[in-house]
Amino acid sequence: MAAGMTKLNMVKALNLALQQEMERDPDVLVLGEDVGVDGGVFRVTDDLQRQFGSRRVIDSPLAEAAIVGTAVGMSLYGLKPVCEIQFSGFAFQCFHQIENHAARYRQRSQGRFNCQMVVRMPYGGGVRALEHHSESEEQFYAHIPGLKMVIPSGPRAARALLAAAIRDPDPVIFFEAKALYHAAKEEVPDAPELMPLGQARIDREGRDLTIVAYGAMLRVAREAAETLAAEDGVETEIMDLLTIAPIDRTALAASVAKTGRALVVHEAPRSFGPGAEIAASIMEGAFLSLEAPVHRVTAYDVPFPGFAREKANVPDAARVIAAARETLAY
Amino acid sequence: MPRTILEPRIKIEHLSILDADGNLDVALEPTLTPEELRQLYRAMVLGRRLDERMVRLQRQGRIGTFAPIKGQEAAQMGSAFTLRPTDWMVPSFRETAAMIWRGWSIEKMLLFFSGHLEGGQPGPEQHDLPVCIPVGTQMPHAVGLAYAVQYRGDDSVVMAYCGDGATSEGDFHEALNFAGVWHVPVVFVVQNNQWAISVPLKKQTNSATIAQKALAYGVPGIQVDGNDVLAVYAASHEAVDRARAGDGPTLIEAVTYRLGVHTTADDPTKYRSDEEVKAWERKDPLTRFKAYLEKRNLAVAGVEADVDAEIAAAVARFEAVGAPDPLGMFAHPYAAPPAALEAQRDEVAERLRGQAPPRSGGEGEAPVPMRGQRITRR
Repeated sequence: MAAGMTKLNMVKALNLALQQEMERDPDVLVLGEDVGVDGGVFRVTDDLQRQFGSRRVIDSPLAEAAIVGTAVGMSLYGLKPVCEIQFSGFAFQCFHQIENHAARYRQRSQGRFNCQMVVRMPYGGGVRALEHHSESEEQFYAHIPGLKMVIPSGPRAARALLAAAIRDPDPVIFFEAKALYHAAKEEVPDAPELMPLGQARIDREGRDLTIVAYGAMLRVAREAAETLAAEDGVETEIMDLLTIAPIDRTALAASVAKTGRALVVHEAPRSFGPGAEIAASIMEGAFLSLEAPVHRVTAYDVPFPGFAREKANVPDAARVIAAARETLAY
Repeated sequence: MPRTILEPRIKIEHLSILDADGNLDVALEPTLTPEELRQLYRAMVLGRRLDERMVRLQRQGRIGTFAPIKGQEAAQMGSAFTLRPTDWMVPSFRETAAMIWRGWSIEKMLLFFSGHLEGGQPGPEQHDLPVCIPVGTQMPHAVGLAYAVQYRGDDSVVMAYCGDGATSEGDFHEALNFAGVWHVPVVFVVQNNQWAISVPLKKQTNSATIAQKALAYGVPGIQVDGNDVLAVYAASHEAVDRARAGDGPTLIEAVTYRLGVHTTADDPTKYRSDEEVKAWERKDPLTRFKAYLEKRNLAVAGVEADVDAEIAAAVARFEAVGAPDPLGMFAHPYAAPPAALEAQRDEVAERLRGQAPPRSGGEGEAPVPMRGQRITRR
């Protein structure tokens, strides 16, 4: 292992970001349900209350609207709260505080106030969980002016993006794929690391097809790209979006200008999902390079169907490969 | 096992010091200097006269829809008067008198109700949040501010306002609960004006008082005669002192009455009787306070003319403000605009280039209704 690097899973990497940001800045604090003594139901805030005390790592009463609503108030005073919502499926109970207030205070007060705050929440399927514990709702937040929306795809990005989100002067919704929490470990630098928000990353270079993915779907895209290379001799470029809003339109256009074909993969339902915006952005930025329509591989337009049917709903490599072959043959 | 009484000590007090007939409970009379009493009266008169002027401005199409305060001057001024400038005020949308006392300029309030974003910007030294329109959603913000005050070890107090309708909202209850658990320096002031648009209090809650809702959260609650500025002041002073001393939050229910319309787009004759309104007009907070001041030989003559001149000058300044630069809408959504937003701004700038400059003022534009209102012409 490289010096100054440690192999961490995504839970530990997120915990490292929180720990280092709290150490760096006494205005950073954490609040949410079970985040203190218990360290969060996924252990992302493990041991932070012991290190920083119960005034900085707050076991709040069970009420999402007030968790976000009080965080708005704290941020208006100059604190930098990081809220944890236990599951993204419960965040509709604080959606009004996010949309009506966190996203708008800078505009409403004409720059006098801003909400430097992060709302973290686990999202997505693949963990055999019940309704409201497996959904992907990034499209709602990505649509709101005044917000930023981030979804890391692995430990190193998660750590660097969370640190950047905490330092960002605007409110950031930070989605963490449950399926990735304890999945692959990555080498993460021990020293603080930041990644800029709003920038996508080329995860794999290729010249035949661009697959746009983020969060847990990056693994699916990688698996599909391996098969396409081995069986079809296709060189797939994978774009890891990382930030959903503001979306990196420049990177999308540049990649498709090179490949001429694009495929978007996401866990959210298809209609009005991020894939629509990505497709429009590609059309606006690289229309003359397009050799085929932009293809979307997504969950279907159904409410979460229960984990016994989840495999049929959430995109997997087979669906991505089939869609890629269709796009390539167009 | 028998049933046992767990909480026999619950009590709800109602505080009244100066009644509608001018009777004064001398033992409870707060200690306010003659200068403070004059300031308080002037701020209440300013609130009333500005309110009347704003209704006329709205009828003439010179400002948009707004929520008049007529009848609630004592409820909001008796409470806001107890704050230091360094304390925080968290308004809803019917606190014009208190907001002006706190330092918002009249022209800024007029700009706000004319749809100018500039009307929502507090001065750099002001510890005041702008108007909050979604009912009750400001209450958790006040609790967060109070948490931050406590966290930093400052000695400020946060005062948050809402109406009786807001006490049905989840955010109201969540805010009280968090405030109780965190024991933070916040004072909640409910201006119970009896009507949430067309819905009377008895359809809003089955509780005998709003004050008692505090008790469920382990927070002291008190009901005051909200048209008695001395009682509102006394109760607020006690609550602010308690908060500043580190002894936690308080809920004050100020029982008052909205003498006017819910907003300028509302027609209250549809849902309440003239007799009811007339009965409350006899309890007018201004008449009562003026009589008290006169009894104490505190000159109040000339206050109306004085505030009218201040209002006229502010209206003139407001009307001199031209139409806002459309590009201003791109200035503050983010600290630094994303590239795509800059492109949208450029698109608008391009479209505006070559167009005639916008005419000044917003005259002749139809007022836009707020939440739940119909446009009526009376």
